[in-house]
Amino acid sequence: MSAALKRTPLYEAHKQAQARLVDFGGWEMPVSYGSQIQEHHAVREGVGVFDVSHMLSVDVTGPDARLFLRQLLANDVDRLSVAGRALYSCMLNPRGGVIDDLITYFFSDTDWRLVVNAGCAEKDVAWMRRVIARFSLDVALTPRRDLAMLAVQGPQAKDRLAQIRPEWRSVLDDLKPFSASHQDDLLIARTGYTGEDGFEIAMPGDQIQPFWEALIAADVVPCGLGARDTLRLEAGMALYGQEMDELTLPAEAGLSWTIHLKDESRLFIGRDALGQFAPEARLLGLKLLEKGVMRSYMPVHTEHGAGEITSGTMSPTLGFSIAMARLPLEVKAGDEVRVEIRGKSVAAQVCLLPFVRHGKAVTH
Amino acid sequence: MSIPNDRKYAQTHEWIRAEGDVMLVGISDPAQDQLGDLVFVGDVRVGAKLKAGDTAGVVESVKAASDIYAPVDGEVVAFNDELGDAPEKLNADPYGNWIFKLKPVNPDDIETLLDADGYQAVVDAS
Repeated sequence: MSAALKRTPLYEAHKQAQARLVDFGGWEMPVSYGSQIQEHHAVREGVGVFDVSHMLSVDVTGPDARLFLRQLLANDVDRLSVAGRALYSCMLNPRGGVIDDLITYFFSDTDWRLVVNAGCAEKDVAWMRRVIARFSLDVALTPRRDLAMLAVQGPQAKDRLAQIRPEWRSVLDDLKPFSASHQDDLLIARTGYTGEDGFEIAMPGDQIQPFWEALIAADVVPCGLGARDTLRLEAGMALYGQEMDELTLPAEAGLSWTIHLKDESRLFIGRDALGQFAPEARLLGLKLLEKGVMRSYMPVHTEHGAGEITSGTMSPTLGFSIAMARLPLEVKAGDEVRVEIRGKSVAAQVCLLPFVRHGKAVTH
Repeated sequence: MSIPNDRKYAQTHEWIRAEGDVMLVGISDPAQDQLGDLVFVGDVRVGAKLKAGDTAGVVESVKAASDIYAPVDGEVVAFNDELGDAPEKLNADPYGNWIFKLKPVNPDDIETLLDADGYQAVVDAS
């Protein structure tokens, strides 16, 4: 493994726990601590913890912070008026392609935080600085590599966190989904990427190890990024680099719902392009009707033309292979299509997303 | 991880063991450990005539697919259907569960493969 890979403050703890470490967006991260499937089930049925310190928090402060974010993001931060509320959005290039998808936390008009993907972090910050310079905005960007972040996910997440941090009990009880509590350098957010209830908690990197150890001691299952991927796929959540990239329109990644066009005077970057280019495909789910495993980039043949799988796996919850696929606009849920799996044509049924919600199979 | 010396090994992590006039082929303990939870074993074509190194089938974990190769020249004469229904058996007992049976063109070819010590060296180097 390359010596150039970056490591989180929990690297030694992962090694001690015998994690299998892989290169994930330039970071040496645990893919699993043993059984990826057991880790997946732990989150669906109990509670698991993921080290997501490779993601970057970026603080956005200054008098023009709101104006900046209204130009930078395709979703409209004016929808945020209560301190602590969060908003999911794409950051687009002028051609309407997705530079990254991110979460924005609102603390006050002059104080915000963005959390961006690890693999995109450097280009994101460079892009944001260009936008600030181009519009001569009075905004300061502070990348917070000093912070580490854990995602504690699963139906028992709240109770287990309150057990090891009783002083957080009232905050945990009061937090609504997609909201956060922020004090000094501690952020407790009721967000996640698994389709379960859960919390993402950021704190200074030098404080994260005792917190991690307390979670493990309370039987919270350490989970790797492998389980995070199968969980988010079952939950129908898009992943940067799979469902979307700089050549993909948000509508082609199932993210139309994040585009906010109501305020016609808000000329966010990419808005013009969204009006010019019609999406050529849309994102739908596939359930494999025979044995096998669907994977990214496998061709899909439909009676309306060809499509492609963006993410595929064996679903640990459902027991068969599921995928997200970009398919011709005419294809509908319920249609039967053929997936080319290693030269073999296999039948699959088209469905809406997600596949699983709160631990249960979703039937559309 | 165990590497028993009652069979031979290919560089590509298959084990092979003679049983009468056919040979059983499976994957090694280090191979199953590296792959993680297996969720699919298959694509083995009974009747296929393969050269050593040809793809004989596939084993897939949650995250990735990995080819399995014929260790010697021969014809595939059986696939272990039990693994089609329960691929996790390969994780639990990789040496007790063969994947396919091969009728070798030349039974002596097995002697060209690695013994347990030789295969251990391959694992240590990887």
